Amino acid sequence: MSEIRVLIVDDSSVMRKIVERALRQAGLDPLVVLEAGSGVEGLDALRNNAVQLILSDINMPSMDGLEFLRQLRAQKLADGVPVVMITTESSEEHVRQAIQSGAQGYIRKPFTAEQVKERVLPLIAA
Amino acid sequence: MAQSLRENLQTVADPVHLQSTVEEVFGTMLGAQCEMVPCTGAVASETITSVVGFGGILTGACVFRCNSDTALVIAARLTGMSFTDLDDTVKDAIGEICNMLAGAWKGKVPDLSAQCGLSIPAVITGSNYNIHVQAPEFRLHHCYRFESSHFEVTIICDGLQ
Repeated sequence: MSEIRVLIVDDSSVMRKIVERALRQAGLDPLVVLEAGSGVEGLDALRNNAVQLILSDINMPSMDGLEFLRQLRAQKLADGVPVVMITTESSEEHVRQAIQSGAQGYIRKPFTAEQVKERVLPLIAA
Repeated sequence: MAQSLRENLQTVADPVHLQSTVEEVFGTMLGAQCEMVPCTGAVASETITSVVGFGGILTGACVFRCNSDTALVIAARLTGMSFTDLDDTVKDAIGEICNMLAGAWKGKVPDLSAQCGLSIPAVITGSNYNIHVQAPEFRLHHCYRFESSHFEVTIICDGLQ
């Protein structure tokens, strides 16, 4: 199986590690993880790297996850790459905003590895 | 017409929401079963506190506090790594726990979930300090234990629409 390249955007280094561990538990292997601590860093990472999946937090300083998503689409970076939001914000309004901004999936914190697997694997397989 | 949040104060301030939030966050992310215990008022010599602010139709904060030993256990369980001191990763872990508690707690009340935002976590370490809010609308303060670790969670509401 060829390697799967994933970008994880979260201002918390701990949460990036947790998400990476959940992806490995979901069976994504071999996995190459790129990390970004903000939306700005995420856009920079995508200018120089190709990925098959992006997972992003919403509440982040400097550029939040929804603005990151809008910039990603506006700048045509990572065209066609699925984006899954992983966030503590769980209202229908937040989900609607994320989907309208171009997200393909939504995972609410706290989450289990099984939930990550259910949301992510179909997007990788598509 | 929908009731205002103030008219729903009893629902918003229901301690059951905080209890189920703690069980959900610690059960899901740490695989830990938490038991609510009486708050003794004894403060460890060194504590770590994380604060996540609420803004919008409810203003206030979620405050998580524990001693350094508990912080090391939580960080280790969250990351699968081991820690010996309160480094930046441990502080980040405690900030994330507070962030998840704040998010999950406000998610228990639909109006609050959609119309109340969260701040980025702030983390404080030290000893012999208090967080004081003058005349809060309500305050929930719970103490918990999992295995031999103890922590406190406080929801302070100082404004409600």
